Amino acid sequence: MSDSSRRSNLVAWFDQRLGWSTIKEVAMHKRVPMHKHSIWYYLGGMTLFCFLVQIITGIFLLLYYRPTAEGAFESVEFIMTEVPFGWLMRSLHSWSANLMIFFAFVHLFSVFFMKAYRKPRELTWISGAFLLILSLGFGFSGYLLPWNQLAYFATKVGTDILGQIPVIGHWLLVVARGGDNVTGATLTRFFGVHVAILPMITTFFLLAHLALVQKQGMSIPIGDEYKNCRQMPFFPNFALRDLVGWTLALGTLVLLASIFPWELGEKADALASAPAGIRPEWFFCFMFQTLKYIPGKVWFINGELLGILGFGIGGLALILVPFLDRKAAHEQRNTIMTAIGWVVILYIIVFTVLAYMD
Amino acid sequence: MGRRGFLNYFLGGGVLALMAGIVYPIVRFIIPPEQPEAATSQVVAAKVGELTPNSGKIFRFGKDPAILVMTASGEYRAFTAICTHLDCTVQYRSDMEQIWCACHNGHYDLYGNNVSGPPPAPLTQYTVAVRGDQIVVSKA
Amino acid sequence: MRAKRFDIARLGVLTAALALLVVLWPGSAGVSYASSCIDCHSAFDDPEISGPAKKFHDDVHFQKGLSCVDCHGGNASKGYDEGDPDLAHDRKAGFVGAPKTADIPKFCARCHSDIEYMKKYNPKLRVDQYLEYRSSVHGKRLESGDTKVATCVSCHGVHDIMPVKDTRAPVYKTNVAKTCSGCHSNAKYMEPYHIPTNQFDLYSASVHGEKLLKEGDLAAPTCNNCHGNHGATPPGLMSVSNSCGECHANNLEYFNESPHKEAFADLGVGECDACHGHHDVNKTNDTMLGVGDEAICVTCHDQGDPGYQTAAAMATEFDTLKAMLGEARTLLNKAERGGVNVSLGKFDLHTADDALVKARTAVHYFDTSKFNPIIVSGVSATENVMDLGNKAMWDLKLRQIGLGFTLPLVLLVALALYLKIRQIERRKPIP
Repeated sequence: MSDSSRRSNLVAWFDQRLGWSTIKEVAMHKRVPMHKHSIWYYLGGMTLFCFLVQIITGIFLLLYYRPTAEGAFESVEFIMTEVPFGWLMRSLHSWSANLMIFFAFVHLFSVFFMKAYRKPRELTWISGAFLLILSLGFGFSGYLLPWNQLAYFATKVGTDILGQIPVIGHWLLVVARGGDNVTGATLTRFFGVHVAILPMITTFFLLAHLALVQKQGMSIPIGDEYKNCRQMPFFPNFALRDLVGWTLALGTLVLLASIFPWELGEKADALASAPAGIRPEWFFCFMFQTLKYIPGKVWFINGELLGILGFGIGGLALILVPFLDRKAAHEQRNTIMTAIGWVVILYIIVFTVLAYMD
Repeated sequence: MGRRGFLNYFLGGGVLALMAGIVYPIVRFIIPPEQPEAATSQVVAAKVGELTPNSGKIFRFGKDPAILVMTASGEYRAFTAICTHLDCTVQYRSDMEQIWCACHNGHYDLYGNNVSGPPPAPLTQYTVAVRGDQIVVSKA
Repeated sequence: MRAKRFDIARLGVLTAALALLVVLWPGSAGVSYASSCIDCHSAFDDPEISGPAKKFHDDVHFQKGLSCVDCHGGNASKGYDEGDPDLAHDRKAGFVGAPKTADIPKFCARCHSDIEYMKKYNPKLRVDQYLEYRSSVHGKRLESGDTKVATCVSCHGVHDIMPVKDTRAPVYKTNVAKTCSGCHSNAKYMEPYHIPTNQFDLYSASVHGEKLLKEGDLAAPTCNNCHGNHGATPPGLMSVSNSCGECHANNLEYFNESPHKEAFADLGVGECDACHGHHDVNKTNDTMLGVGDEAICVTCHDQGDPGYQTAAAMATEFDTLKAMLGEARTLLNKAERGGVNVSLGKFDLHTADDALVKARTAVHYFDTSKFNPIIVSGVSATENVMDLGNKAMWDLKLRQIGLGFTLPLVLLVALALYLKIRQIERRKPIP
């Protein structure tokens, strides 16, 4: 029997048991519209790629990492200096985390401007918004795990802000920290969140998000010029292009991890004073900087509380975007929404830069 | 073999090489290194039987020297070996039954107390535990 | 019920009265401070009269159960109530009043030189202070009639004398220099004696002064470590070095073996203080060795003489080791920043550092045949460290080499994919 006929026998054997030829049928039918904004279609996959890198490198790091105040820093140091390619595994994990969140934001804004959230894709948008919040949660919980000075104090400040929420604030703070202060209990808790709780929830939302995209196909921007554009088959054409992007992304990650290895810092010391210029990771900086500018008291309301409320409302608005843009549902352009989108991008960029200049 | 075949081999070969470049570090990573644990909070200082009563041994604790002493009565004690005067490495003197620093004649008793000479402070004491035939020293 | 309450109240008052009586009964509650001396003297406004009475509560003699009459004699139970001091200042009861300055040492020695008496209070205390004092400059001058010199109370205080261990005592280690300088830094007071009055200033700026007065390092010497306490005399040129050698033992030992010992004796210069000073001993630094501008060797040695050559040789060797050590340290730090574990290298660095410290002491051999071996051991230790450091840097380099291999591979695969796409779409264009 020839190679190819042996292979098709094997395929047929599985198909009779799994029925996966129907999946293949569906997959081969998937089309990607080709127009001047098609380039943005790659971004979701890029985010997914970075997430996959996170899972793989994260699992490997788990083989050596110790989630206790006494062992965490030393275990990361061990990984960086003693384990073969440990430095690569860890730096890849740190860089890919940042790249993932970067791509997530760009993906969000491209979807926003293309109005892909309009009917019937509202649920895709909502699951995507949750995925963004979950990845921020991954970032926040993961940042503490090396248990170095910067992370310790950034976590302290971050959870302090949590405590400002009215009524449930203190309770939230205690639950987040595993106590009143940031201690080894906080570390263990964040570890559990980072490797079990968030992955579990994210898997659910991610599968939902991907399934919806497959079910509903790719959205096209509003306008007559897009209505009859060319359709590229996903397999093999777009998939191969995706692969090119992923390969280049892998190369970029390896380059970054090798030339700019992630710093270890100093072991966290609760008794030391907070290092100067403490700030959270870049993707929280714009919020952090905004809070700095709000005066201590606005009228009778605590300034920080106002900021938190503002961001809470912002987060809610983000989730509800499909329902706020009434015009998009009717296939109409909405310049106000588009303008708001640009304002938000500008705000995020400017305030992030300001945070770094401080 | 036409262009098509060549390209397939080129692509296949490249992908295989890249896979190898990914799998090799992963395999090296999974195999535990010779020293399976970070030696910064705990270290095996010596084996039982290595030291005789009234003797001492310098061993490495992370990046710093430390000293393991077996007293005349057979008790193990461990201290940092960095003299508190000007950071020279101390040594055990069986003729004095003291820890001594050659640089400026500093003397420490077997509790680490600075008893004579320029050292302004005692030597930090470490915890010693005997596990099987290993003498394990850890920072308290 | 009313009757019962009244009984309880009565009982309460009675108990309180009894308690008060017990507490206030003179002499019945332990050592009593109250005496007619204290009572009367405290009542005066003039601090010269009331001072002693007020201060005496803190005095170690009081703490031990002694009272005014134990030193001054007299009658402690009379005088105050009667309003007549002569009843207390009773010569027949042994009253001696305040002793004259010239008699103070003898006055204190009545008890402090009495072995049997002192044994009862503190068997550890010495009883030869008076003997020592008589041998000192202060003691000799006092006996020849000079009442300006220090006596017991000048340093120990009077009526509020604290044990030497007490940080409030004027003779506590960190207070000694200030106590001595009370007279010795007073130019007007010291005028008749024609000795310098800048010792305290020199000492405070010296390395010993800084260590003791600023850093609180009790191992550092103060005036009495070199001059003695009760037998205070200037140590004399040759014995200054013995003083120094009490702590700087190795330096003295090497010096005594060196050619400088005989040479300095011939010249009549002090041994340690010729180069290091005495009150103004400054923190040493490595530029003191050699033939450079700040070197001390060239104070005596000129170019061409053997001493000059030895100095130059030692300095060169030393500087070489120091430079090598600096390089090794920089290399290790560089490797560590890059992410390689260099704890083994840093461990070995300790041995090299030790050599440098020992070398600074070994300078006092003033002999290259004894100095060089230490440098050599330091250099070989440093070379070990450099090896480890270079290995670490090579590990880092390997990473870059790995990258140089992986990156082109990635680009190759991306290119191959691109060509594949083109190939597929040429054969089967997108509709």
